[in-house]
Amino acid sequence: MAQYKNKKFKTHKIGIYLWIWGLLFVFSFFSYMVDYLNFEGTLRWTLIVFFMISKAALIMAIFMHLFWERYALVNVLLWPMTLMLLFVWIMVAESEYTLLTRVFYFILGV
Amino acid sequence: MSRAIDKLPKGWGGLTSDFGSDQKTFKGMSWGKAMMWIFLLSDTFIFSCFLISYLTGRASTTASWPDTSVVFGLDVFGTSVPLLLIAIMTFVLISSSGTMALAVKYGYERNRKLCAIFLLLTALGGAAFVGMQAFEWTKLILVEGLRPWENPMGAVQFGSFFFMITGFHGTHVTVGVIFLLIMARKTWRGDFDTARRGYFTTMKSNYVAIEIMGLYWHFVDLVWVFIFAFFYLW
Repeated sequence: MAQYKNKKFKTHKIGIYLWIWGLLFVFSFFSYMVDYLNFEGTLRWTLIVFFMISKAALIMAIFMHLFWERYALVNVLLWPMTLMLLFVWIMVAESEYTLLTRVFYFILGV
Repeated sequence: MSRAIDKLPKGWGGLTSDFGSDQKTFKGMSWGKAMMWIFLLSDTFIFSCFLISYLTGRASTTASWPDTSVVFGLDVFGTSVPLLLIAIMTFVLISSSGTMALAVKYGYERNRKLCAIFLLLTALGGAAFVGMQAFEWTKLILVEGLRPWENPMGAVQFGSFFFMITGFHGTHVTVGVIFLLIMARKTWRGDFDTARRGYFTTMKSNYVAIEIMGLYWHFVDLVWVFIFAFFYLW
């Protein structure tokens, strides 16, 4: 808007963005290492999810400025996203049942 | 400088008072930014549905799932490095997210040139990402014979989920690159400093457009974090 022409807004120092950028690189490198070093099983999955959530949280909180937004917006966004976990849980149960029936009918040939 | 927004209650009290207030819920926020957030939330649902259907397909198939670290490996001087291409793509996209964050910062500081330069750098990163994805697709389609309905490396579902998920994400990146280039041009020309009216919208340009662009771009990076974890690493 015209009246804002020469008005500068208070912004964050450049350091915080560079820090987050660096951290995202480190987390990405570590999650790549999980594959490179061939970690298996629960250790692998735990590390992948840990690095994934750390990266997602940093991007949303700092890069997308959600940390500084009012709670009205933060809550409107984060609760529906959290509810997706319920959907994941339902579909894990569903796919386990599908796998069971497939093993039962395809392989055992009952 | 005291703004009206600073006088409103903060935290959980602010949540209830914002929702109980007149006229609008998202205080101190342009409608464009609020709508971008709502759009991104709905996009989250779409990508969640893709990833959850991938989860269901992979967990319920009796066929063996291809080893992604071999499928997406690259040969470097005769040695095969696992998942190298995807790692490079990840670093490129994160870097473009970093430059975007700086573009938003310089936009709010009314630093026209630096803002435009960082927007261009972001577009460059995005274009490089799409280029590498095109290379990856070409290799898988022509060399490995991967199809949405066929997969010589194992479970058939791998092909359809791969093309659907990475294709939808790649489309988002491509659209983002186009808009980044448009925004870079508008910024360089000084549209946001002179509040020039938009060609399509006829509304006055404002630097908040850069922040909205940034939200979209960071979201594209955010989605890649999940695709990288679930599709490539899992």
